[in-house]
Amino acid sequence: MLKQTEGSRAVAEAIALCRPEVICAYPISPQTHIVEALGESVKSGQLENCEFINVESEFAAMSVAIGASAGGARAYTATASQGLLFMVEAVYNASGLGLPIVMTVANRAIGAPINIWNDHSDSLSQRDSGWMQLFAETNQEALDLHIQAFKLAEELSLPVMVCMDGFILTHAYERVDMPTQQQVDAYLPPYEPRQVLDPREPVSIGAMVGPEAFMEVRYLAHAKQMQALERIPQLAAEFKQIFGRDTGGLTHTYCAEDAETMVVAMGSVLGTIKDTVDEMRADGHKIGVLGITSYRPFPLAQVRAALQNAKRVVVLEKSLAVGIGGILSTDVRMALSGIQLHGYTVVAGLGGRAITRKSLHKLFREAEQETLQPLTFLDLDWNVVNKQLERERSVRRSGPAAESILRDIGTVASKIA
Amino acid sequence: MTFQPIKFYQTGTFTVGNRLLTPEQRSVQSHLDRSNAINSGHRACQGCGEALGARYAIDAAMEATNSQLIAVNATGCLEVFTTPYPETSWQLPWMHSLFGNAAAVATGVAAAMKVKGRSEVRVVAQGGDGGTTDIGFGCLSGMFERNDDVLYICYDNEAYMNTGVQRSSATPPAARTATTMSVGPEPGNVFGQGKFLPAIAMAHEIPYVATATVADLRDLEAKVKRAMEFRGARYIHILVPCPLGWGTASHDSIRIARLAHETGVFPVFEAEYGVQVSALPIRKQLPVEEYLKPQKRFAHLFGAKPKVEVIARLQARADRNISRYGLLQKEVA
Repeated sequence: MLKQTEGSRAVAEAIALCRPEVICAYPISPQTHIVEALGESVKSGQLENCEFINVESEFAAMSVAIGASAGGARAYTATASQGLLFMVEAVYNASGLGLPIVMTVANRAIGAPINIWNDHSDSLSQRDSGWMQLFAETNQEALDLHIQAFKLAEELSLPVMVCMDGFILTHAYERVDMPTQQQVDAYLPPYEPRQVLDPREPVSIGAMVGPEAFMEVRYLAHAKQMQALERIPQLAAEFKQIFGRDTGGLTHTYCAEDAETMVVAMGSVLGTIKDTVDEMRADGHKIGVLGITSYRPFPLAQVRAALQNAKRVVVLEKSLAVGIGGILSTDVRMALSGIQLHGYTVVAGLGGRAITRKSLHKLFREAEQETLQPLTFLDLDWNVVNKQLERERSVRRSGPAAESILRDIGTVASKIA
Repeated sequence: MTFQPIKFYQTGTFTVGNRLLTPEQRSVQSHLDRSNAINSGHRACQGCGEALGARYAIDAAMEATNSQLIAVNATGCLEVFTTPYPETSWQLPWMHSLFGNAAAVATGVAAAMKVKGRSEVRVVAQGGDGGTTDIGFGCLSGMFERNDDVLYICYDNEAYMNTGVQRSSATPPAARTATTMSVGPEPGNVFGQGKFLPAIAMAHEIPYVATATVADLRDLEAKVKRAMEFRGARYIHILVPCPLGWGTASHDSIRIARLAHETGVFPVFEAEYGVQVSALPIRKQLPVEEYLKPQKRFAHLFGAKPKVEVIARLQARADRNISRYGLLQKEVA
């Protein structure tokens, strides 16, 4: 059914259709609307046979989900940013134990300085946590990916993060096609746990494992993610059969066939990039796009196949590996090892900095002309940066950087060029 | 087999020999069909109070629930010595997740049981004092406040023993640990404000709070069984001597636990909905020196120049426990 709704509400409705049995809720922007809507569904009786638990922290949220999942229940929670970092120990534990929890990450920057707006620093910080990570481009895809995520997680007994851009998607009102309960039931069978706490068949879960077997246990987690590389496209195909939509999968390309310049990105910024590419194509530029949906497992072969015929690759990422540059671009380079082409890392949109078509036009043209630096910070205000660097050179007690910069700028305003 | 009627012929104690009791009054541990929830072969130290306390408590909980029990364990000695890969001592469904989240994981298990229509299956969470009063405190308080259907048992040996005897917020004043060394003008742990978790649990007004020691098996078992008569959050705090950390003889664990009770150092009582309802009485209060002297962690208080002022402060704490929890009241016959 087509409806005009907020991204968070659409996702909450889709999750409710997946019949979760335990939902752990702890507020953090910009994820909160999702658990609010689910709480309402449970309290009103609309979503039956579900425990909605208001926990005291994100660490508890993931811990309750761990217990619920080990108890045989389909468990869900949502978080973002500092909340994800606060639960990190339990995030690793959930995947290490092989518990198929699904969690929405409403992607948001990590402080300090504290910032509630969107970038991908939070979930990318968990790239090695053993969770699968699927990135949504639109609210429709976010909704669809959650349904696929439960199936993927439970088949492999491995947890999945569905990552959607905070505010840009979570708070955007868009048209979505909401599936019916019958469709979801036909796609997603009831949760059949691989391991469960049950007095009828006592097992010990989470026992200590020493050097004699730890490597094997860790390898098995990797092997399962390698299985996911096979399974994710199949799940997308099965999804298409029932729901009629082509969403999910490992990667998506756009105008890639004859592209000399390929732009790689994840999440909602792909929309702006595709618009820009449309305009550049109209002007005769041979430029295309590779959108990565599955960040973990990372589809090395698909990325290589999509990029190997290009002359240059621009990885535009909403994340920064301080001290080296890009996070996503490191993985893309890995996919392209042995292939000589020009690679550019563009760090953009940190802390919600708007990524505009105007800036992208300039950026992509510089890439085509090979005048782009290997590592570029899109729309970085060099005046501000240089002034602060100079201040730190000249004064020992230069004060808190963010405060000094605010004084230099004079106003607090979103920087939209 | 015939049974003698009870004759309280002992003098000087409130205890009565197990063999003098009718079968239904006998301890769970004396039953041939006890569950042996923590089976033999585990790797606890000789004289480990925690192994004993956990065995007593979980066997009693197993009997109270007709073996419909799931245990969640915090990281710590109990977790490590019962599950060295690839072995496990646990004869019931058991799960270990992390150091600080046992209460929350138990909440999740209880929620799963409820939603799966298995409400006859009960959930117990357990941890040491570090996993309970320090790193697991937030999750524990959250579980209490929501009144989740979980019995949490803390086995308190008053320091981080698994990592090599470091101070926790349950370490008593003056005690020597690896991080409160017996050196300098004020050796051992500081006199802080204390963090007596049973009182904090009572402040949450949860259905049931109790303390116990491994010295009184029947009292401990009765409290676990009583806890299982309630739904909602319950808390039992068991004092479990640690020969390694306390510097006591392995064969003295029970004696030391009994002295903790009889000196008033560790008050043994029960509370329901935030109000104390009983106390295990002390027949004759012993001076705290009786409890302190056999423990090497307090050795710096004695010797050629005993630290009488420090001992007096510890005595004052014990006296305060006795008056606060009414430990010298006569037992009702």
